[in-house]
Amino acid sequence: MTHTVVRTETATVAGPPRKAGRLPRAAVHHPWWFALPAIAVFAGFFLVPNLLNFYYPFTNWSSYHADIAFTGLDNFRTIADDGSLLRAIRTTLLYALLAALFQNGFGLGLALLLEADSRFNRFFRAVFFLPVLISALATGYVFQALLDQDGAVNSVLGTDIPWLGSTTWTLVVVTLIHGWKWMGLSMLIYLAGLKGIPGDMLEAARMDGAGPWRTFWSVRWPMLAPAVTFNVTTALIGSMNTFDIVQATTGGGPAASTEVFNIYMFRIFGQGLYAQASAMSLVLFLVVVAVAIPLVVGLRRREQLL
Amino acid sequence: MNPSVAWRFGRPALVLLLAGLSVGVPLWLVAVTSAKPQAEAIKPNLALPHSWQPGDNYADAVSQGEMLRGFFNSLLVVLPSVVLVLLLGAGAAWVFARRKSKLVSTAYALCISGLLLPPAVITIVMELRQLGLSNTRPGMIAVYTGMYLSTSIFFMTGFIRAIPLELEEAARMDGATPSRIFWRIVLPLLRPVIATATIMVMLYAWSDVFYAFFVLGGGERATLPLNLYQVASAQLYLNNWHLVFAYVVVMSLPMVAVFLVGQRKIVSGITSGAVK
Repeated sequence: MTHTVVRTETATVAGPPRKAGRLPRAAVHHPWWFALPAIAVFAGFFLVPNLLNFYYPFTNWSSYHADIAFTGLDNFRTIADDGSLLRAIRTTLLYALLAALFQNGFGLGLALLLEADSRFNRFFRAVFFLPVLISALATGYVFQALLDQDGAVNSVLGTDIPWLGSTTWTLVVVTLIHGWKWMGLSMLIYLAGLKGIPGDMLEAARMDGAGPWRTFWSVRWPMLAPAVTFNVTTALIGSMNTFDIVQATTGGGPAASTEVFNIYMFRIFGQGLYAQASAMSLVLFLVVVAVAIPLVVGLRRREQLL
Repeated sequence: MNPSVAWRFGRPALVLLLAGLSVGVPLWLVAVTSAKPQAEAIKPNLALPHSWQPGDNYADAVSQGEMLRGFFNSLLVVLPSVVLVLLLGAGAAWVFARRKSKLVSTAYALCISGLLLPPAVITIVMELRQLGLSNTRPGMIAVYTGMYLSTSIFFMTGFIRAIPLELEEAARMDGATPSRIFWRIVLPLLRPVIATATIMVMLYAWSDVFYAFFVLGGGERATLPLNLYQVASAQLYLNNWHLVFAYVVVMSLPMVAVFLVGQRKIVSGITSGAVK
């Protein structure tokens, strides 16, 4: 009996005209309840908090009141007036941009350096992957010890540079550390992209007399488009959610010049101003959406054009 | 000299130089500082210790930093989270990959939205308090599972779509139930993605300090990164770089070990999943 059932199903899958009996059969073979636990946990602990995040910013929820009352835009007015809103947006976007740039630049450079599949290269790929395995918090402390004014780098160079004490350049230093931490992951993905380029395509380019530079820009770089999409998206979005490295190196300073969204939320939440922290969290959500959607759409379109 | 010859000898030299400067120096700093007595470690530098005392430092980090407790606390939240992310993710991915309807694609789109959207950490605290789950391990596990499910569902759905349906059909003809097909056919076939997802989720959850701050706080359920944060915050007035780095070494070793064991699978999994 089962035999005939399966027959009819393969027929319906292959042919476009859908028969009425298809859905129940799908329900029997791949029942919903396999997906329900995941949907429940994801909805309960990811979607619901994000929905609540559209309500609590408009209240006076804090450790100073027993009750929670609706207060309209008060929290947003507070963070806009004390300048922290614009500063957090600017700092976070700049951080994400620089971090993504460094992470991808280092990653692609390493992938091109270590492209051939030799034993030497495999060993060094693992070496450059090591920072990915060390926790971001620990990474931050290591670089704090290196870059402190009386830290290791100044003592080796014989200089007295406040690497982590400049209101302009420290953000760049911290994003360089971020790029260092994650370059190994980007490298692996670029290596996979390079490996996926057909050998005869490179051969053809060589036959046509293209040098390594020309081959890179005309053949390899366009063929790397999917890897670029993945790496740039994850790096940009991931670094907007950064916390550990900044907290461990600067704690948001000097003079709040590296205070990204999560650092601000952590600090304000610690003061008991929960609704205000939640307001900032909502702004982060909106900023991420505003960056992510055009980014993904744009990069996907670029893949098709190339 | 001909440029290709220069490249042949220059490239390994460049690789060695970069690896030494960018990875070697920081790791060297950690290694030597974690073996120095406190007086030598106040100003961290790259010099070898005059007197070696790695044993004392590691013992101190274990006792002062509550390392053993932190280690077990970390294991108790990370392992269940990883198992749940993989199991629940695989179940959902199977349905999403095999069924086609508006409802299924909507559910799939919602479930992978966590790839891009940031978790709303402040209201997570609110919700956990109301559920009586704040400062508990189940609360932390639920939050990690919710955060990383999107990643596992995304990668696994892509993977299952590439598995021929005939394998399942053959088993169905032999009278296998959906549960049996899931356990005996789909899960074993998912092994490569599972290896990658395991290491990635483990890596993120093991190193996480931000969400642990909000959900677990300090106290007796503190995980390793929370303990490291406390040890390092005390650094300001205790000057205990030697302990901080002993802690960093011990905390990083499990992840390095996991990577070394599963290196080949991890690398191939990361790379095959991403570029599609």
